[in-house]
Amino acid sequence: MNDRRRVVITGLGVVAPTALGIEPFWDGLIQKSTGVRRIDSFDPSAMKAQIAGSLPPYKLGDYIPKAYRKSAKVMACDIKIAVVASYLAVRDAGLITKCTIGRGESPGPTNVESQRFGANIGAGLICADLGELAGALATAADENGRFSLTRWGAEGMTNLTPLWLLKFLPNMLACHVTIVHDAQAPSNTLTCGEASSHLAIGEAFRTIGRGDADLCICGGAESKVNPLAMIRPQLRNRLNTTCNENPERASQPFAAQPHGMVNSEGGGLVILEELSHAQARGARIYGEVTGFGTAASSLSWVKPDEDGGPMARALTRAMSDAQVTASDVDLVAPFGSASVEHDAAEMAAWNKTFGDRLSEIPAMVTKGGLGNNGAGSGAIDFAATAVALHRNTVPPSLNTANLDPACRFRFVQNDPQDAPIDCAITLGTALAGGQSAALVIRKVQE
Amino acid sequence: MSRRVVITGMGWVTPLGHELESVWRRMLQSESGVAPTTIFDGHTFPTSFAAEVKDFSLSTFLGDDAARHDSASRNTRFALAAASEAWKHAGMCDYIGLDASRVGVYLGGGEGPVDFDPLSSAGLAGCLSDSGEIQELDTIKWVQVAEKLLNGTNELEQEPNLAGAHIAAQFGAEGPNFNTLTACAASTQALGEAANIIRYGDADVMISGGTHSMIHPLGMTGFVRLTALSTRNDSPATASRPFDRTRDGFVLGEGAGILILEELEHARRRGAAVLGEIVGFGSTADAFRITDIDEDARGGIASMERAMKSAGMTPDDIDYISAHGTGTEENDKIESLAITKLFGERAGHVPMSSIKSMIGHLIAAAGAVELITCVLAMRDGVVPPTINYEHPDPNCPLDYVPNKPKSIPVRAALSNSFGFGGQNNTLIVKAPST
Repeated sequence: MNDRRRVVITGLGVVAPTALGIEPFWDGLIQKSTGVRRIDSFDPSAMKAQIAGSLPPYKLGDYIPKAYRKSAKVMACDIKIAVVASYLAVRDAGLITKCTIGRGESPGPTNVESQRFGANIGAGLICADLGELAGALATAADENGRFSLTRWGAEGMTNLTPLWLLKFLPNMLACHVTIVHDAQAPSNTLTCGEASSHLAIGEAFRTIGRGDADLCICGGAESKVNPLAMIRPQLRNRLNTTCNENPERASQPFAAQPHGMVNSEGGGLVILEELSHAQARGARIYGEVTGFGTAASSLSWVKPDEDGGPMARALTRAMSDAQVTASDVDLVAPFGSASVEHDAAEMAAWNKTFGDRLSEIPAMVTKGGLGNNGAGSGAIDFAATAVALHRNTVPPSLNTANLDPACRFRFVQNDPQDAPIDCAITLGTALAGGQSAALVIRKVQE
Repeated sequence: MSRRVVITGMGWVTPLGHELESVWRRMLQSESGVAPTTIFDGHTFPTSFAAEVKDFSLSTFLGDDAARHDSASRNTRFALAAASEAWKHAGMCDYIGLDASRVGVYLGGGEGPVDFDPLSSAGLAGCLSDSGEIQELDTIKWVQVAEKLLNGTNELEQEPNLAGAHIAAQFGAEGPNFNTLTACAASTQALGEAANIIRYGDADVMISGGTHSMIHPLGMTGFVRLTALSTRNDSPATASRPFDRTRDGFVLGEGAGILILEELEHARRRGAAVLGEIVGFGSTADAFRITDIDEDARGGIASMERAMKSAGMTPDDIDYISAHGTGTEENDKIESLAITKLFGERAGHVPMSSIKSMIGHLIAAAGAVELITCVLAMRDGVVPPTINYEHPDPNCPLDYVPNKPKSIPVRAALSNSFGFGGQNNTLIVKAPST
């Protein structure tokens, strides 16, 4: 489609285990920081995997207007991450919204029209706060210490706060973010596991492209650092359980001797904006989104296609949408969850799509220092890729020194590498479900 | 020339049955699918009834293929069954010219029902001391029990994108695959965005709609605690009464609705019957409050305005409105206000009904099931009723098609879905041009 409006990236908000905010996050990548450590938000000692990418401490109040602070009571961790990321993205983009005015950071007026400001936010299967839920369930125990549904219905459930359900609805990420910043244009919540962020950003790209909004705040957030989210993949032997004593080494994407994934929490929200809108307000532009492609597995919802078929199709479609070929791409950002069979399938997909080109151009993967948070990982990758493109700098990829021999990615090991980057591509793929999506980012061409 | 998106197949699994025509007949006979809860023992719950799907077996729809989906959640089973009916209805089973990479899926799929028994047992193990006192959660004890009782596959199948993944596998859909979960607006949003995907050119065929079941102990608990549900336990069949002055909340339902959306020329080339055309879609956010709808109906009005603008239509072109119509005090009043403001003098003359009066609120699946009724209304020239409508409410002054269906030509219908938290979506469908 040649008549679509052009869409650029003007703001990046990252909430990661290594840092909050795009600048410190990028510095962390350059310095090879890790956010993976022993879990301290609950006692993990009975878990097989006792480590995760946990967020540094933060105060939600530092990111929202004072008047909104009481809403924190109805926010699961996932929602808080999204709200923080939204503030960081809005500030990075130089936007003045209801939130920044409400925080007294600007007298106003806003520089974004609410009716033209949309949201597409990826979310996961938000876990209940186990302490709260289990504590309430325990009030419905019968004489033998067994749970009684009769007691629960009659009385026990009143031990849950009336607004309990609202903490865990996946659409609440977008609802809180749109309320805080007064974004009233098209609003969506994508729930496709690790593909969610890419799907959300891609859909926002289309929404602005066809004229339904001028700006969208998009990306995703999730927390997988809680007992339920830790035990789910553990039941299916997906987590690395061999590195409890050396957590910084645990997340090894595309490793020669793979041991599995590391859970984490975090997310990213980015501001996509129609090109002339961004130019008119003199916004700093990181790059232009020029292509989006998505595909799914028709074989299995549990395992990835061994040949990485859906991921390869997503990459091919995104490049075709961007009217580029593999030879135009000079930076690749694979997902690299460190989940054993998914990494193998992903390598196959990139090898198939890029062939020899893969060993000629730099690559970057963020999971080594962050772990995988699910729905928000893709947006963190997208933000890191956008900065790399903008600065012509490829950051080192932690824990990629001993790669699988089949892996042809050229990850940077120590010092960041200066490289002219005109065109980058990033991939997200749902570990369960197989949905895959890719985005192409380019420097803005006149 | 922009690509046009038509509907070529429809299927549903509802509290009034699973077959397209018989469910429609029952709706036109003003039947209720609401009854005491049987999926779990909820007799002491403040609300002890729901609109459950009954007599459902996936093998009725998929035959031997059903075994392949043995681990699927209740949501996913509903979605597979509805998709199978829609696929058949669209004549896709015998069509060999399909390019799998041009077939996509866009669902408003809910999370699968919580595996409640192991979760509650582990919860008690973590929170009860040896002497039975309630204590702060001991994660060590919790993990020891949870590891034994929870099942990894059951947990995996709760992921909201799994229904779409099962559908892709069953019908060989290798194209775009999305799942949205904008609460009660999800499947309307899915259909609107699926149409956008076809229009843009990323796919020629989309399997789209929604599926959801929150009729499990924690789902019911969540809505009970919000005081969103009707508590008319002595008369479940009359409990869902949208727009009636004595309404006291919605009735939780479950099910799925799936439509086959197709690019018009693609449908013509294979000689498919066109059932309707998706001509308008609007999506907005209230950006107001998490727990309340803006009193001026700002978000709902904006959503309908966007849909009409994209369809190139005005309120004069709309012959029927499928209401969000949940039966809560607030929704029905503000939705009626939105129509009154937007439709002006025409407001009371356009019939607007809520099939939630008969099948309850299917949450993420509601919008897709409602859109199917819009298409059937256009085909048959009859709009479904709002049942249990007995007491007019001055705050709800429109024509709600009380209790009996109404025969009226419908050339275009508008369907609203408003998600909890303020995500609003509107679709407009047009009868096939003859």
